[in-house]
Amino acid sequence: MSTAFFRKHNVLPGFNISLGYTLLYLCLVVLIPLSAAFLKTHSMGWEAFWATVTTPRVIASYKLSFGTSLLAGAINAVFGLLVAWVLVRYEFWGRRFIDALVDLPFALPTAVAGIALTSLYAGNGWIGQFFEPYGIRIAFTPLGILVALTFIGLPFVVRTVQPVLEDLETELEEAAASLGADRLQTFLRVILPAVGPALITGFALAFARAVGEYGSVIFIAGNVPMVSEITPLLIITKLEQYDYVGATAIAVSMLVVSFVLLLIINLLQGWTKKRKEA
Amino acid sequence: MSGATSTLTAHSAPGARAPSATTEPFIVRAILIGIALLFLGLFLFVPLISVFYEALKKGFDVYWAALIEPDAVSAIKLTLLTAAIAVPLNLVFGVAAAWAIAKFQFRGKQFLITLIDLPFSVSPVIAGLIYVLIFGAQGWFGTYLQDNDIKIIFAVPGIVLATIFVTFPFVARELIPLMEAQGSEEEEAARVLGANGFQIFWNVTLPNIKWGLLYGVILCNARAMGEFGAVSVVSGHIRGLTNTLPLHVEIVYNEYNFTAAFATASLLALLALVTLVLKSVVEWRSARVIDADAATENVQK
Repeated sequence: MSTAFFRKHNVLPGFNISLGYTLLYLCLVVLIPLSAAFLKTHSMGWEAFWATVTTPRVIASYKLSFGTSLLAGAINAVFGLLVAWVLVRYEFWGRRFIDALVDLPFALPTAVAGIALTSLYAGNGWIGQFFEPYGIRIAFTPLGILVALTFIGLPFVVRTVQPVLEDLETELEEAAASLGADRLQTFLRVILPAVGPALITGFALAFARAVGEYGSVIFIAGNVPMVSEITPLLIITKLEQYDYVGATAIAVSMLVVSFVLLLIINLLQGWTKKRKEA
Repeated sequence: MSGATSTLTAHSAPGARAPSATTEPFIVRAILIGIALLFLGLFLFVPLISVFYEALKKGFDVYWAALIEPDAVSAIKLTLLTAAIAVPLNLVFGVAAAWAIAKFQFRGKQFLITLIDLPFSVSPVIAGLIYVLIFGAQGWFGTYLQDNDIKIIFAVPGIVLATIFVTFPFVARELIPLMEAQGSEEEEAARVLGANGFQIFWNVTLPNIKWGLLYGVILCNARAMGEFGAVSVVSGHIRGLTNTLPLHVEIVYNEYNFTAAFATASLLALLALVTLVLKSVVEWRSARVIDADAATENVQK
């Protein structure tokens, strides 16, 4: 294989050393450690692996983790689009402040988010007290997990939709209006299809993050097996019982799902990019 | 002057000057803004405020006592140490990866970018677990490490490794799109004029990417100091020895010492606020640079 086949000619120096270092560091920090998980499950055999990841307690945790993550992603898709729309299209007092605040879940450590949300949504908390009289308990139930995952995922949707909305040309909307469409029709037929791919990408990113989330959830979840025990917590529980093989098996099943999600997100982002260029 | 005016127009919403055919009636706008603010208030603003409220509820003396307690101080030190190792390592990697990917064309580039993003889609708990599988007592190097009396898991090296893993993509991710968008004409010109690799990077590339680089480092640092799940798996939770700030928050919280937990948490919340402010400043500065560039180009035309 000649060098020209691998890369095009370029006058700039440093290709070999920068790519070499990148690959070495990537292998040492990410690829080799991740392969450890797959090798560990390989040693246990397919049947034992399958039996471990399909016990009722594990299945219940999958249902809870994926269910609440989907729901949180959906909530974020709706409100994230609304927030992005308001930030891009409207001028109001404090807009720049709100814009900066949207990134809070990226910057705030998850454990801090966890204890803050728990104290707020507990039965005697600032927000929880309004729901308690109606018999709605939020903290220490699956509803609390939903609150934490919504918090974690919000910026993903806003930050993927926002640039697309900013680039959207108003000419299209003017055309729609001049052809007799009202604002709702214009939104549904012109704006929504244009931001659609970005919205789905944001949803997928929020979902992927929510499935693996641990820090903010464990404080608010209650962590009752079969009811409010998320999959990452189950991995920790197995580890604390020195069941390394069991923990790794569950981890691998989650990794496979994560990789599939990553693939889908990459395809979606490629799609968004193409639409933007077209 | 023209730079300043274009900044102003760039930051006012397009809707503000648009004809009424492309915006909503005032009442609809007010309702939409109201719902958005209520949602953000309940989910972002109130939790942030509550951290400081709970921390200072019993007065400043109690707050201060919780922060200067020996375990808290050692947690602060360990957190700073971890970030001081993890951030520079990922910074060097990020620059190297961005240079290779943005300045050269080669096969498998897209795949490499996907691999770099990988740690973002791995659960923090799994990030901790994989290092236990390698360096733990039953892991690949378990016997060797034990024989030589080297502790990695349930010790500081494990915490640093797990932190490096979860903060791995931040700098590279910021730099790759930025350097791809800037192209390599300026670097090529410098090369033709006889500059060596280091001179090209230091005098041509670095001034162009400094804000993006800073932004990546800020995000990387925030995550490095705040990471909980991955660090929790490898730490062993030994008070005063292997507790980072987020882990200290958890331990104190689980002892029902809520005020102390929120006091420690308030330090991390402050870190988050500083991160957000720096991020806004960086965005503002880089927007100004872009506007200035656009203005010069217009003049040249």
